[in-house]
Amino acid sequence: MKKTIYKLYWAWQFDKEEKWLNECSAKGLHLCDVGVFRYTFEEGNPGAYSHKLELLENWPSHPESVAYIRFLEDTGVEMVGSILRWVYFRKKTVDGQFDLFSDIDSRIKHLNRILMLFIPLMIVEFVIGTINVFFSRTLNQSVGTINILLGFVFVYGIYVINKKKQKLKKERMIYE
Amino acid sequence: MSDLTSGALTEAVYYILLSLIEPCHGYGIMQHVEKLSNGRVRLAAGTLYGAINSLLEKNWVKALDNPSDSRKKDYQITDLGYRALNSEINRLKELYNNGLSIIKENKYEENNL
Repeated sequence: MKKTIYKLYWAWQFDKEEKWLNECSAKGLHLCDVGVFRYTFEEGNPGAYSHKLELLENWPSHPESVAYIRFLEDTGVEMVGSILRWVYFRKKTVDGQFDLFSDIDSRIKHLNRILMLFIPLMIVEFVIGTINVFFSRTLNQSVGTINILLGFVFVYGIYVINKKKQKLKKERMIYE
Repeated sequence: MSDLTSGALTEAVYYILLSLIEPCHGYGIMQHVEKLSNGRVRLAAGTLYGAINSLLEKNWVKALDNPSDSRKKDYQITDLGYRALNSEINRLKELYNNGLSIIKENKYEENNL
């Protein structure tokens, strides 16, 4: 039987999202499809899968991403679905611990990729918001206000990701 | 070849190079490294993929065609990679010997372990 749950996770909460998906799997709900705010689950053996999310460098259909996903598949990782460049992976828990990254550098690299997604979006929201609020005669001012608010949401996201990054960087002074 | 003697290799790169003395595919490297380190080092697939690509770029390893399965790529160490591995082993030897001799001199071992 399939079950659909609607839930909002911001992109900078990807680790919380992973944790939630693992909790769902622990209850016997296994993610089988993802959409925007939408998670579709299949019922199965409790705790069968653990999950990881990754923002890929390219779109999932890009040859480089295809090669990467294939490499992961050879190690027992399955791709469940994707939203834009965000990909949802899972691995059977009986096949051992599931991590995409095992050193600090590759974790930092992934966070940098997320920052490089947020920073342009933040700028775009602020620019469009400012144009709408102050310079546009035709467009509704509330549209511009929403743009600016979204800009601040991205500022917050950048802050959260950057905090994670700084923590890792400190650790890297001592460890790899 | 100053880049061969300078700097420390990461633990991942060191163990990947050691695993590729014989041709091996990605998952095989992960298993080999885990076995070699008695389960201490678990390479994650994403990190391994990034490291292999960097090593390919540096020409320290090369990709081989796998005759039994065209999808699974095998990799193997190159001469350049072999030299880097050797100089790393020498570096580790120095670290190990220095550590051991200083610890022994101070009798730290007997008092605190």
